Amino acid sequence: MKPAEQVTVLKINGDEVSAHADQTILDVARENGIEIPTLCYLENLTEVGGCRLCLVEIKGAAKLQPACVTRVREGMEVATHSSRLDTYRRKILELIFTERNHICSVCVANGNCDLQDMAAALGMDHVTYPYLNPSVPVDLSHELFGIDQNRCILCTRCVRVCAEIEGAHTWDVRNSGINSRVFTDFNEPWGESQTCTNCGKCVNVCPTGALFKKGKAVGERTRQIDFLPYLKTMREELK
Amino acid sequence: MTREELDAAVVTEQERSQSFRHHVDVCIAAGCLSSQSEVVLNSLRTEIRERGLEKECALRGVGCMGLCKAGPLVALDGQAVMYQTVAPADAPEIIESLDTAPVERLVCPVNMPFFNRQTRIALENSGQIDPERIEEYIARGGYSALAEALAELTPAQVVERITASGLRGRGGAGYPTGLKWSTVVKAPGSQKYVICNADEGDPGAFMDRSVLESDPHRLLEGMAIAGYAVGAEQGYIYVRAEYPLAIKRLKTAIRQAVRADVLGTTIMGSRFNFQVDLRIGAGAFVCGEETALIASIEGGRGLPRLRPPYPAEYGLWGKPTLINNVETFASVPVILRKGSEWFAGIGTGKSKGTKVFALAGAVQNTGLVEVPMGITLREIVFDIGGGIPGGKRFKAVQTGGPSGGCIPEAYLDQPVDFETLAQLGSIMGSGGMIVMDETSCMVDVARYFMDFCRTESCGKCVPCRVGTVHMHNLLTKISEGQATLDDLAMLEELCDLVRHTSLCGLGQSAPNPVMSTLRYFRDEYLAHIQDKRCPAGVCHIAPEVTA
Amino acid sequence: MARVHNYKRDLFDNLLKQAISAMIHAKISPPSDDKRWKIVEATMRRQGYVPSTLIEALHSIQEAFGFLDDAALRYVSAALRVPPSRVYGVATFYHFFTMRPPGRHTCVVCTGTACYIKGAPALLKAIENNFGIKQGETTPDGELSLLTARCIGSCSLAPAAVFDGQVGGKLEPAAMLERIERLQK
Repeated sequence: MKPAEQVTVLKINGDEVSAHADQTILDVARENGIEIPTLCYLENLTEVGGCRLCLVEIKGAAKLQPACVTRVREGMEVATHSSRLDTYRRKILELIFTERNHICSVCVANGNCDLQDMAAALGMDHVTYPYLNPSVPVDLSHELFGIDQNRCILCTRCVRVCAEIEGAHTWDVRNSGINSRVFTDFNEPWGESQTCTNCGKCVNVCPTGALFKKGKAVGERTRQIDFLPYLKTMREELK
Repeated sequence: MTREELDAAVVTEQERSQSFRHHVDVCIAAGCLSSQSEVVLNSLRTEIRERGLEKECALRGVGCMGLCKAGPLVALDGQAVMYQTVAPADAPEIIESLDTAPVERLVCPVNMPFFNRQTRIALENSGQIDPERIEEYIARGGYSALAEALAELTPAQVVERITASGLRGRGGAGYPTGLKWSTVVKAPGSQKYVICNADEGDPGAFMDRSVLESDPHRLLEGMAIAGYAVGAEQGYIYVRAEYPLAIKRLKTAIRQAVRADVLGTTIMGSRFNFQVDLRIGAGAFVCGEETALIASIEGGRGLPRLRPPYPAEYGLWGKPTLINNVETFASVPVILRKGSEWFAGIGTGKSKGTKVFALAGAVQNTGLVEVPMGITLREIVFDIGGGIPGGKRFKAVQTGGPSGGCIPEAYLDQPVDFETLAQLGSIMGSGGMIVMDETSCMVDVARYFMDFCRTESCGKCVPCRVGTVHMHNLLTKISEGQATLDDLAMLEELCDLVRHTSLCGLGQSAPNPVMSTLRYFRDEYLAHIQDKRCPAGVCHIAPEVTA
Repeated sequence: MARVHNYKRDLFDNLLKQAISAMIHAKISPPSDDKRWKIVEATMRRQGYVPSTLIEALHSIQEAFGFLDDAALRYVSAALRVPPSRVYGVATFYHFFTMRPPGRHTCVVCTGTACYIKGAPALLKAIENNFGIKQGETTPDGELSLLTARCIGSCSLAPAAVFDGQVGGKLEPAAMLERIERLQK
């Protein structure tokens, strides 16, 4: 008996829904038209559960659980929204805004940014915590693309798409804690990378204006992520 | 080595030991070594040789005797007499007086509460054997539990015995060990692993170090028994790079164990194979978290991941993996040897057995102590520890390191067990116990721990990565006398956020030192904020500039 | 019996795999003909050039050379077939690894809890005042490096420091400075 064939019934926000036993809470919620906020999650990439925006309450569980990684269980009762969750999500978003320098008015992604959209959706209209104002660089050495660390939220989508879909593993995260930075190869400028295939997948999956195509002015950044499901399927067929 | 050979080895070693009239033991664990105990050992050796006493007087280096503050320690004839702060120049006098009265000025009283209030289980051999000789471990019953398990018990029976003993994980959280083992047993798959977490990362904790340095075979035996019980053939010890001596002794012990056929293939004539390899940590506190530790053994950045699935089902290389800490494995052989009922008879209702604590800070007797669960904090600090030196007043005792809290005087009569310490806003933790007197500022202590958590945050999740930085900044502001009550409110809000939304134990427990000091020493915070002064006189608060 | 048989077969498979990968990897030569690379190569060979032994390889380089430089990371990346960014990400994640050459002498001040409350900050301050270096820095003449450790496990002897591998306990700033002076002689 394969677990994938098991059907599970659980309750989300009081309504009964059915699911495959290997689905995550996020999968099932979205199938049923329930929106749970996410930033690091991107369908077809492995989940990391790092942004903590998708935390949900599960009846009987002592701790909040990230919907993107938590598998459903028979009889589970999930609450995806509550005043406590809303507050936590807004506060986490505030933390993200204080970590780097997110100034929408001068950002290539203005109007096309998951972080900006999330702030609007969660009603985060101001930041109570002090800004950390780190001094972080912009790297324009690559002939096609640029990276502005000021806008990076360390979601690691670029790292994952590069390793899992493109198979190049050009990106990774260096250092730790607040000093974590995404970088290429041996931390030389992106343009000197020996492994980068110039495919642009990282730029397409970046939720903010951290990775962008050169030559775009404020608010001109566009993204295209329809390639992901197809490439994912092809990769799996090859295995 | 068969069981008969094992029994014969015990007799041989005991005969060898009895052939000497005198035994002189010098502590060569890390604490005494840093007080030059190796030089003392060498001068004693020279002295014995010069007097031609090699056949009568056995000299050896042994593991930690516990009272590290009085090192180098030398024990005579099975700790009948103990000498403290021995200098190399004392060697002639010590050897001279072997047959007469002890050297009065060096004597360390062995009947003091520090020694006789302890119950030694995990440390039973510590200070009693030469950690670099497997024969001495065997002579004290070593590897007989493994032999018994392989010959007479089924794996299920071993798990039953551990479950019946009530042993709980000594790494901090106190998860029932038997339950963990049986989960690994039940997990499907033929390839399973056993990992020993020896990445003792808590600042102020050196219990595991002492076991590794003083009695490494005990850990190997515990792991082999665990491997047999859960069906694993490969074990890893993840040990900190900061413990070079422990690494060296583990390597020696593994080599000896393989040669003696208590590790390797078809152990002791059974069908059981078990191999142990070392993996050296590289200085990341978060690797004490089991999923981060696994990521590190796999050769990657030590990032934790969500549990469930727990390592018991999905661990190293995705295989069912048993992870226990050093002290937990060290308790296993003796449970099999003396019985589950015996172990369960020690301690309290829910916390069985003993716990090793590293007693340090503002206390007379700093060192390593093993006490039955349920003992009060006061007994540990004032009876065993001998109280506060210099006529100073006790302020708090910190347990559980950066994940724990500070417990004030009012709760000193509470019993030490997993539940009580948690109720007091701290945790049992791995066993660091730091005593603080009136010269310690609680805001400064909270800031110290938050600095630690901020530096050790892996960076994977937002609340821990960014929240700890904000909390540290706020604590710095408070300690500098620059903060307002709004800042204090923000600090408390962040405590709640980081605790409830962080991914792993590091972040979830990072606010504990702040919350516990706020709970018991709020007046100190308010003194910094409202009166702009540090009651303990630790923080530098610049006098206010009047405009 | 079946189990023993399987074990032996696995062992054989593993040995075969190791032999093959050793042949492949032998072609990748170290950055220089410094003899210390032999030790590093031996470590990697013993571990079968398995990518998951990256941290062991980095340890052996740091033990041999005192630090990890760019050339060393490139060599490990090629020899173990680990993507460059992963090697660099791992090397910078762990505090134990350093990418700067250490001074001729090192002083590691323990900043564990016991040492902290018993005066480690004063020790650090004394070194800063005397040698002008902070944690993680080396004097301009390359004589002395100051490092800190989270806890060296010598809490009973707090405050403690390690001078060129030798632990010193119950230190006062003056006694510590004297020990550093002695190192340099």
